[in-house]
Amino acid sequence: MGFKRKDLLSIASLAPEEITLILDAAEPFKEVSGREIKKVPALRGKTVANLFFEPSTRTRASFELAAKRLSADVINFSPSASSVMKGETLLDTARNIEYMQADIIILRHSSAGAAETLARAVRSSVINAGDGWHEHPTQALLDLFTIKEKKSGFKGLRVAIVGDLAHSRVARSDIRALTKMGAEVLVIGPPTMIPPYLDRLGVKISFDLDSALPGMDVIIMLRLQLERQGRSLFPTVREYSRLYGLTPERVRLAASDVLIMHPGPINRGIEIAPEVADSPSASILDQVTNGVAVRMGLMYLLSQLN
Amino acid sequence: MDPVTNKADTLLMDAHEMGRALTRIAHEILERNKGTADLALVGIRTGGVYLAQRLVQLIQQIDHAHVPLGELDITLYRDDLALRKNQPVLRKTTISFNISDLRIVLVDDVLFTGRTIRAAMDGLMDLGRPAEIQLAVLIDRGHRQLPIRANYVGKNIPTSRDEVVRVFLEETGEHDRVSTLKE
Repeated sequence: MGFKRKDLLSIASLAPEEITLILDAAEPFKEVSGREIKKVPALRGKTVANLFFEPSTRTRASFELAAKRLSADVINFSPSASSVMKGETLLDTARNIEYMQADIIILRHSSAGAAETLARAVRSSVINAGDGWHEHPTQALLDLFTIKEKKSGFKGLRVAIVGDLAHSRVARSDIRALTKMGAEVLVIGPPTMIPPYLDRLGVKISFDLDSALPGMDVIIMLRLQLERQGRSLFPTVREYSRLYGLTPERVRLAASDVLIMHPGPINRGIEIAPEVADSPSASILDQVTNGVAVRMGLMYLLSQLN
Repeated sequence: MDPVTNKADTLLMDAHEMGRALTRIAHEILERNKGTADLALVGIRTGGVYLAQRLVQLIQQIDHAHVPLGELDITLYRDDLALRKNQPVLRKTTISFNISDLRIVLVDDVLFTGRTIRAAMDGLMDLGRPAEIQLAVLIDRGHRQLPIRANYVGKNIPTSRDEVVRVFLEETGEHDRVSTLKE
């Protein structure tokens, strides 16, 4: 089957076959990123607009690099430098970009559903680069790509997602993607950070890291978003780190070939010990490399449709 | 007759002819390049890859020398990417050696408009700066739209534009042969 969508808004809306299709499309682009001349002409003459209403360094850079390696032209909009400060609405900003003949708009916004609203309003393809606490689909796709590279498949794979599940769009997209592909997902965190009804997404829940880790094939650590909350959800950062930080001792509880992942940026010594982050089991920097390949594959697929 | 399409199917080349044509091309490659120094073969996916593999084996038998082999996917370099209704299947380019300063023989099954070869040359140039690019094809069916000519040709076959030339290979579970379909 081919990829028939105009936009990529969420993992929830994708069928497992579509996820496989995107992961397969990313494969050849990983090879391109390893070349001396990291450029192919697949999107020559197309325009990609980065529209980021929330601060982001790596996701924006990853999308920009992906577009440039496909030979597309890239424009960057950020609210501080644009007319959003002057009171323009999201849709008006996006329509202006649309009428500059942008083929693909990458949107990051603090409101859940912003990408979907935008996708309905413009003819350009829209890629959700994170909307509020809703989803961050390309992060989940690059996580899956990284897991696929290191493990034989997803069926029956035991994956732990550890940290602040309540405020993590990465976790929500990861859970949906992993369960769709047949993995068993266990989420672990303090009770204040596990939202009610999370089990409806088909995951098991645990509040105790040490008893949950044995047998895990993959551990995805979430960033403690100190800037978003903090004081009210747990007593101290030190206590959080003691109860839910990934230490070398805890890694030894999991499967011997466990894969450790983190969407970045990492808080060294808080949710992940420096020795763990720098160990051969960690694939945090592979995730960064794979992110560019996955975004290239996705933009290639979307551009084929229009 | 072709059992599936019910169109007239004419055999243009059987397995023996194909074997002889490839053996001749292998000899010609060795003769033209005076051996295998700095030589490498690159097959264009997918048919060209199988033919390139066979040529590497034949060169090994004739000259007892191993020639590096690469596989090139030209999908991203097509000039009709935006025009096609169906998404072409993307495959991986696997060329594990540095092509700079090598003499590269591109291998494809059928030479037609020349657009595939144009795309393949662009793809190669993005990987480095080969000393020379040569072209080997099993079938040259004419109707070029670009100024491209093959250095090694298995068989020249005059065709009409609407004919379909099909190359069947053992590697894909068929008997080696080439045939055309006419409306």
